[in-house]
Amino acid sequence: MMEAVVVPMEHGLLLAGFLFVIGLLGVMARRNVIFILMSLEIMLNACGLAFIVAGSAHGEADGQVMFMIILTIAAAEVVVGLGLVLQARRRFRTLDIDQASQLGG
Amino acid sequence: MGLTWVQLIWLVPLLPFLSFLTLFLTQGRLPRPLVGVLGAGSVGLAALVVGVIATEYLGAGNTAPVSVQMFQWMNVGGLNPSFGFIIDGLSITMLCVITGVGFLIHVYSTLFVLEEKDYSRFFTYMNLFVSAMIILVLADNLLLLYLGWEGVGVCSYLLIGYWYEDASNGRAARKAFIVTRIGDGFMALGMLLLFTHLGTLEISAVTTAAAATFQTGDTIPTIAALLLLGGACGKSAQLPLQTWLPDAMAGPTPVSALIHAATMVTAGVYLIARMHDLFLLAPVAQLAVAFVGLLTLLVAAGTALTQNDIKRILAYSTISQIGYMFLALGVGAWSAAIFHLMTHAFFKALLFLGAGYVVYSLHHEHDIRQMGGLARRLPIGFASFLIGSAALAALPMTSGFFSKDEILLAAYEHGEWGGLLWAGGALGAFLTALYSFRLVFIVFLGPTRTEPSAPAGWLMGGPLLVLCVLSLVGGFIDPPAALVLPASPPGHDAVMQWVTPAIPIVGVVLAWFLFSSRSFSFGDFATGPGGALRRFLYSHWAMDWLYDRTIVRPYYWLARINRSDAVDYVYAATAGITRVGSSALALTQSGQLRWYAGTMVGGLVIFVAILLGIL
Amino acid sequence: MELILLMAVLMLGGGAAWLTEAWDEALPRRVAMGTLAVAAVLTYMLWQGSDQSIALGTGTSDWRLLISHEWIPRFGISFLFGLDGISLIMVSLTIILGVVAVVSSWHEIEKATGFFHFNLLWTLAGVVGVFTALDLFLFFFFWEVMLIPMYLLIAIWGHEARSYASMKFFLFTQISGLLMLVSIVALVFVNHEVTGVWTFSYFDLVETVLPPDIAYWLMLGFFIAFVVKLPGFPFHTWLPDAHTQAPTAASVLLAGILLKTGGYGLIRFTLPLFPEASQQIAPLAMALGAAGILYGAVLAFAQVDFKRLVAYSSVSHMGFVLIGVYAWNELALQGAMMQMIAHGFSTAALFMIAGALQHRLHTRDMMAMGGLWRDMPRMGAIAMFFIIASLGVPGLGNFVGEFLVLAGVFRVEITIAVIATIGLVAGAAYALIAMQRVFQGPRPDNAAAVADFGVLEVGVLFLMMVALTGIGIYPQPLLDVLEPVLASIYQLSNTDVAWIGRLP
Repeated sequence: MMEAVVVPMEHGLLLAGFLFVIGLLGVMARRNVIFILMSLEIMLNACGLAFIVAGSAHGEADGQVMFMIILTIAAAEVVVGLGLVLQARRRFRTLDIDQASQLGG
Repeated sequence: MGLTWVQLIWLVPLLPFLSFLTLFLTQGRLPRPLVGVLGAGSVGLAALVVGVIATEYLGAGNTAPVSVQMFQWMNVGGLNPSFGFIIDGLSITMLCVITGVGFLIHVYSTLFVLEEKDYSRFFTYMNLFVSAMIILVLADNLLLLYLGWEGVGVCSYLLIGYWYEDASNGRAARKAFIVTRIGDGFMALGMLLLFTHLGTLEISAVTTAAAATFQTGDTIPTIAALLLLGGACGKSAQLPLQTWLPDAMAGPTPVSALIHAATMVTAGVYLIARMHDLFLLAPVAQLAVAFVGLLTLLVAAGTALTQNDIKRILAYSTISQIGYMFLALGVGAWSAAIFHLMTHAFFKALLFLGAGYVVYSLHHEHDIRQMGGLARRLPIGFASFLIGSAALAALPMTSGFFSKDEILLAAYEHGEWGGLLWAGGALGAFLTALYSFRLVFIVFLGPTRTEPSAPAGWLMGGPLLVLCVLSLVGGFIDPPAALVLPASPPGHDAVMQWVTPAIPIVGVVLAWFLFSSRSFSFGDFATGPGGALRRFLYSHWAMDWLYDRTIVRPYYWLARINRSDAVDYVYAATAGITRVGSSALALTQSGQLRWYAGTMVGGLVIFVAILLGIL
Repeated sequence: MELILLMAVLMLGGGAAWLTEAWDEALPRRVAMGTLAVAAVLTYMLWQGSDQSIALGTGTSDWRLLISHEWIPRFGISFLFGLDGISLIMVSLTIILGVVAVVSSWHEIEKATGFFHFNLLWTLAGVVGVFTALDLFLFFFFWEVMLIPMYLLIAIWGHEARSYASMKFFLFTQISGLLMLVSIVALVFVNHEVTGVWTFSYFDLVETVLPPDIAYWLMLGFFIAFVVKLPGFPFHTWLPDAHTQAPTAASVLLAGILLKTGGYGLIRFTLPLFPEASQQIAPLAMALGAAGILYGAVLAFAQVDFKRLVAYSSVSHMGFVLIGVYAWNELALQGAMMQMIAHGFSTAALFMIAGALQHRLHTRDMMAMGGLWRDMPRMGAIAMFFIIASLGVPGLGNFVGEFLVLAGVFRVEITIAVIATIGLVAGAAYALIAMQRVFQGPRPDNAAAVADFGVLEVGVLFLMMVALTGIGIYPQPLLDVLEPVLASIYQLSNTDVAWIGRLP
């Protein structure tokens, strides 16, 4: 039997934090819509990781439950998002998010 | 009391007022003869009623005033003026002058303005004026007096601007109204002061309460009297509010005769005479009245000497003569002032109507330099001017002689200033004789420069003759005002009684030497010896220039620079800031997704930092 | 009951006028005139009403009519209407000026006449409500109701800068009204703190004892709202634009009656609700009033637009009302009320003349006018009458108001009275220059002939001339109606100066 390796909660949360920031930077820095969506996914997964780590640290199943919810939401969001991206592609003929600024004032 | 006719005093202002209403409502649709009958007839009828009332009142040997109340005007907060009339010697004198001379002038004007398109409008305004003036002299309280006071001011404005198509007439009318309004402002403040301290505006109550409340020389009655003097100066064209009267000559000549010689301009004299008890409580104010009169009569006489417009000479002469009345009031010669008011009404109306007579035949030529030699062509005009000027100069035995000399002799007796006042008055008399006979000699003697057409008919000639008679014998009438007013100090000094009448005679003689045809020609006025002095005098001692520079132009400038309302800039600035702020904030709505994401992140960071206590 | 009926008639008449436009362009104004005729009859019946006494402060107040129904009991809001001397006179003035407004727009309004008369009648209904509402919430409600149709009147049928003017008018009145609403709510709150009762009723709130510092701020809310409306310097800048750009009927109503709601509000609400705070601000208020008198007069003189000149003259005249109200003694208050009444007539007439001129000449520029008396003697004579009236010549109504105000103010603050008297002289300047530029002087050579006033206009204006002369010569009936009302309001302020009343 293998010995259970206890990963400290802080390391896990730190990893989640890093992933979140990477995803955030991706949302802010990338111009291609697909990449922004991918970065959003990374952010969502980072949140999920945080929940799992916290749940496991407290020995509760709530963390895993939250992760299920997050997965579901992410999936739904990606579906809608990709649908919008397709429409946007058809309209703007580009995937550059900076071109879609008609709602400016 | 058995005085039945006296109770009908309300007819006197009502008759001209009804005529005014009729003419106003029919607005020119009535035929001219009817308009003339209404206009002149209503005043004549009023004069008749005045005559009956005067006979009844004076015949009964009354000295006590009779009060006739019409109705309560207002009753609020302690102020309860009524439409009430007071009949006593003073008001009867004034009424006789107003309705009598007024009637003659109205008859005269039926012919004088016959050619006018707006014949009816003339009499509309004239009738309104007469009824307002009657209310002024009959009022038993200061507020009703003020109603008449402002009423005559409005009518004066309307009549000066009668020929409205010429903008300069309008300017003259506005100048008259605004300058007198300044005086009216002073008078209103005086009335308010009296009301605040004495609780009433009824004239007899004011005088009794003032005598009971104040000591002679107290501040309040002095200030009140000075304020009333300010009002009187405005209406009577005395220094420093006299600049409107010469310009008021822009109106038709009968207007100048009625309003600006015989009646309205004497309202100030009447006011001070009526309020004599108040002025007796304020010797400083009374002295001020005398000095205002003195200075005015000298300034105006000096200016009259240089003028060339026949009516302007008479206008300055009027200012000067009213100065004499003020002088009389100031030295306590109350009844002399009213006496002079009466005689002045006679001879000044005569002079003005005579001027109109001359001007009528010369097709409205006013410049005396274009006249001359009219003595033979216009005998009635010549007689009018001769008699009128004699009375004006106070040549012996004319009406003006009795009244003016009474004033000068009373002035001589007046305390420490008596000598100075007499000297100024005498100098004025000399100048008066000089300029009035200058006018007579230039216009009626010498070569004829403009041919007159046929002289006017009896509608104009008749009143002139009546006024001639009055100017000669009017001095023998004893105005009943003497019953009301305190006695004038009699002139005792024997020397003065001989010197004073001699001065005008010297003036006439000098005028003969200077201005009769043989030695006279219109040289260069502006240049030549004494040119600067002549220019200065001609410009009314530069008073018009002074007022123009110090008051009129600054007011225009002040109004013009703020035309678009500087206060609005505050609100416009608010709107501007809002607009700028709005466009600034709009920059945050860039439409860029990444920008929104970035700002969300920034906000999140700040929020978390605050939560963690870092910020 | 007649009061509710009056407002209902006005509102329903407005609706009817709007609907009848579909049949005939000319019908709406006849419907409006008919509605006003009914309203006039109802107003006449109101004059016959009975008296009731209600306890107010330490004394009583007499009301001819009191209507009270519950509305929102949870907050103490009710339908509380009261009619006393002041309100009755003001309501009568409203209906009279409504007739003048309809007559002045008889030939002038071409498009959307139905909606025009709808707005006109609803403004009147709002104003009637303002003058009679005694529940503060209801008062504010009617304050807004009178505002919006007036805004529409200016915005749709106005002249060249109407959007700017209407928006400015709306913002000024709305923002100041908002301050008043804050004050109302705060006042009700404080009253609830003290007495434990929620009430918006005037009778209850006048008895509230407020801590001095709070009272001052609450009073300011009311003060600013009413002073903006009056208009008082320096909140007056909405008025020239609104009056100039509005169509004639709207100008008549604005100047004739809407401005008076400001004065009414001061007398009815601001001073009784906050007596000590009002005494604190009285010197400032009187200074503002005096400044307004002079400022309005000087600026009126500068204008070349005839309507703008008359608008600034209104600023000047309303300054008298402001100093009269804050002098707070019998003479001054009576004077302020009389000034409001007389000014309603005189300025309405002047605006009617201005509108008629614009309609005939298509310009308001006085420099393009001149010598019009020759072509329009009737208009000239009538204009001369009203110009002389607005000068404050005795014998006409404006003098009564101005002199009583001066008499009252003189006792309290002589400097203000002196400044106001200077304002009278300045008034002569602008009034006469207007007359000169428009009716006198030479007529430009290439000018076309213009039509004079017709029978309808002369009739209405003649009635106003008679009314103004009547007020000038025999104001006692009005003074008698106002005296008990003002006396009861006065005793709420607990001053030492006794109310003199009528002398025997």
